[in-house]
This record gives sequence, C-alpha cells and structure tokens, in this order.
Amino acid sequence: MAQSVYFPGLAIQDLAVPDAARHSVIIRITHWVNAASFIALVVSGIGILLSHPRFYWGETGGVGTPSLFDLPLPFMLGGPSGWGRSLHFLAAWVCVLTGLLYSMSGLFTQHFLKNLLPQKSDLGLKPILHVASNHLHLKRPTEAEAQTYNVLQRISYVTVVFLLFPFMIFSGFAMSPAITSVFPVFVTIFGGHQTARTLHFVVANFLVLFLLVHIAMVILAGFTKRMRAMITGHSMARRDPS
Amino acid sequence: MSDKLSRRKLITTGLAAVAGVSGLAVAAKIAGRYGLIPPDSGGIFGAGETLTYGAQRILMSSRHSFAREFNRSEISKVIPVSGPPPTTDPYQRDLAGKFANWRLTVDGLVSRPTSFSLEELKRFPMRSNVTHQACEEGWSFIAEWTGVTLSYVLNLVGVDPRAKFVVLYPYDSLWDSIDMVDALHPQTLLAYGLNGNELPSPHGAPLRLRVPRQLGYKSIKYLSRITLTDSLKNVGDGQGSAEPASGYSWFAGI
Repeated sequence: MAQSVYFPGLAIQDLAVPDAARHSVIIRITHWVNAASFIALVVSGIGILLSHPRFYWGETGGVGTPSLFDLPLPFMLGGPSGWGRSLHFLAAWVCVLTGLLYSMSGLFTQHFLKNLLPQKSDLGLKPILHVASNHLHLKRPTEAEAQTYNVLQRISYVTVVFLLFPFMIFSGFAMSPAITSVFPVFVTIFGGHQTARTLHFVVANFLVLFLLVHIAMVILAGFTKRMRAMITGHSMARRDPS
Repeated sequence: MSDKLSRRKLITTGLAAVAGVSGLAVAAKIAGRYGLIPPDSGGIFGAGETLTYGAQRILMSSRHSFAREFNRSEISKVIPVSGPPPTTDPYQRDLAGKFANWRLTVDGLVSRPTSFSLEELKRFPMRSNVTHQACEEGWSFIAEWTGVTLSYVLNLVGVDPRAKFVVLYPYDSLWDSIDMVDALHPQTLLAYGLNGNELPSPHGAPLRLRVPRQLGYKSIKYLSRITLTDSLKNVGDGQGSAEPASGYSWFAGI
C-alpha cells in the first residue's frame, strides 16, 4: 500500500535538483547580518582608536611611556568616542550571536566538514599553485567551479571563521575588567592588557584585508551572479516556478 | 504543493516569531527583578548595554570575581591625569584649606544619615590594593590605592534593604552611580591615598571612588556626597550618571 502513495516531497526534490540552492537560508541570513555587524565593528573600532592611536606591549601604557608603534594621528581626533564604544559592543553582540547560530548550523548540517575544510587531495603544492595562478591571472571561474569552494577559499574561510574571529572575541574579553575579574587567564595568556589591545588591532587589520580581497574576488567571479547566490540562494535568475 | 509549502513556512515563522517575542518579554521581566537592567537601557544602544550588563552580572555572581592585583614592583612610573580638578570655589577654597572643613555626607536610604571628615575616614580600617586601571580611550596604568572600603562606610550608616544604587556626587557636575554589587564588593574603595602618598588633587583629592572591575571613568574623583536610592529614575536625567548624556555607558565592565 505504501508504494501507491504519492510523495509530494520527493517530487519537489526532483524538480529542485538542477537548480539546487548555492547557499542555504541560514548561511545567507547569517552572512548579511554578520557583514553589517562587522562593518559596524570596524567603524566603531576606528572611532575608539582615534582617541588614543598608540600601541603598547605588556600590561600598561599611556602618554609619557614608550610605545610599540604610533599611528600618524593626533590624540582625541573626532572628540570623545563614547558612541564608538556603545556601537562596538552592540555590534559585537550581534556578531557573536550570529556567529554562534552559523557555527551550530554548520556543525549540525556538516557544512564545515563537507564544504569548508580543504580536501586532502587539494592540499598539495600543485593544486594550491594552480588555484593561485588562476586568481593571479584574474581568470573567471566556470559556473561549475563556482558551485563549490576552491582550496584557497577554503583555507581563508576556515582561518577567518575558526582562528581570526575567535581571536578577536578573546582579545576583546582580555580588555574587559569585568570578565578578567572572573577569568584572569583571558588577559594573562596574552601577557597583559596592552598586548591584547595591540593584537586586537593587528588581527582586525587582517579581517579588513580579508573583506577587501573577498569583495575583489566576488567582483572577479561575476558580481551579479555571486550576489544573487548570496541573496536568493541561486546564481541564476529565478525561472517562473510553474 | 508550493502553496502548502509556503503555508507551512508561514506558520512555522509565525510561531517562531511569537515564541521569540514572548520569550523576550519574559526574559525582560525576570532580568528586571534580578537587577540586570541598567538605567541607560533605552535608546539605540540600549539593547547592547542591557545584554552586556546582564551577562556580566550573571557571570560575576556565579563565580569568584576579583580584579587582578599586582605587586608593588609593577606600579606604573607615569600615572596620566584625565581632566583637571575643578578650577572654581568651593573646590579651590577647600583645597587651599587642606580639606579641613570638607565632609562626606552619606544619606538617602540609610538608617543613620551621617557625614564624615577626612580624619574620621582615615581612622576606619585602612585597605590598599594594587590594581590595573584602563581608560576608555585605551591607555592604562597600575597603581596602589589606599582608603576605606565603601562597604565599611555603608554598613556603619546602615543600608536600607530597599537600596539598589549608590549615587556619588563630586564637587563638579560629573555625578555617577553604581549598583549594590559593586558598592559592597571588598575591592571597592573610598580612596584617599595613591602609591603611599596623599591623593594628589588632579587624581581626585580629597576622596575618590575606586571600582577596579570597571573602566577608569567610573572611579569618580572629588567626592562630596553619597546617596542611596532604590531607583535612578528621578536622579538627574534618569540614566544613572552624567556619562550616557555624553555617549558613555553607565556600566563600564565592558
């Protein structure tokens, strides 16, 4: 009897296969929310930085003590940065909560395992040089290539998601007197408050660099198609569903 | 078929939205009861302020929470001054008179409103701690602060159980407030000494607050009066301190 039952779900799946979604709905939502919160974090981070554009090593540092390096900017450019701090922590909450949702769904759906971890066969020097040379020659990927991530994309995404963002969160915790009162190890592991602040700035620069390269690559790979894929889920314009 | 699908999607999304909104409402009510909502919870940054204050208060009450203390050898050679002392009377007059006529008034929701002279405060049990202080601008230093714990003074005047905040008034207009968790914390000092000397005027003489589990701007200088209250709604503009008006958070545990 079961065989004779019509399975609507199967029929839909069959239809959907040729035009499978490039990005799942969770990834698309978390991508854009995270993009907005990241830009807010960068803008507000610059706002905070402008009040004291000098960097130190160790536990303490200020006017009248030797610095590690100075940005060529005056102190307190743009006036008191209260808005910067408030926006930074509001955006940090959005960024961390979306990041948690993204990570849990990525683990649950095995997205990280299947699509982000570089495949063993791709980790040789030859395949990496091949992809690198394609990029350097500004070769546009074929539609088939654009359906999956190449080895350089995988390495950079894994680095950003699992190394750089966690580093930003923990070096941020290191600067919180409330959090380090409960977990002093968050700051002692860095060797001091000012070291954590300096590294927070350095790694923020790597993240901004990633964003710039990411945007350049999206433009190279076909801006409209890639944007459409990250907004609607499909790289092709949607056909009429009937 | 696609109708059915979208209807199912619509129902799930609707249910999730209702659950989310009612969950938030319940959470806000519970948070309010346990003192997890800061006075500056309104406005565009209010959600961030509330999440940070609530999360850090839960974290700090769940475990041992003490600001790191350092050795005297780690004390910074330079202690930057943030903002000059008031240039007008009565501060300048009292400074010239070595604060002999200065008194710290403690009133509001207390059993015995009292005022203390500097000499009286110095006769109370003396406490010192060598702590790190970070300015919201980014610079920081380590110094040794000496004084009497705020909790000692509060216990002396008798805290009314309804009191939820300690409002601190300095000579100038930069008033502030802290919650009872920080007010009663053993590292929170009414400091009259810095690195073994009298507290210099630019660092807050005659008396300043030290709350080492928050950024430097909460450790307000030039104290003259302390008032305990159950609500900050009618104090100043109702945001808990003079800081939110200039863009800074009331809670600076960051």
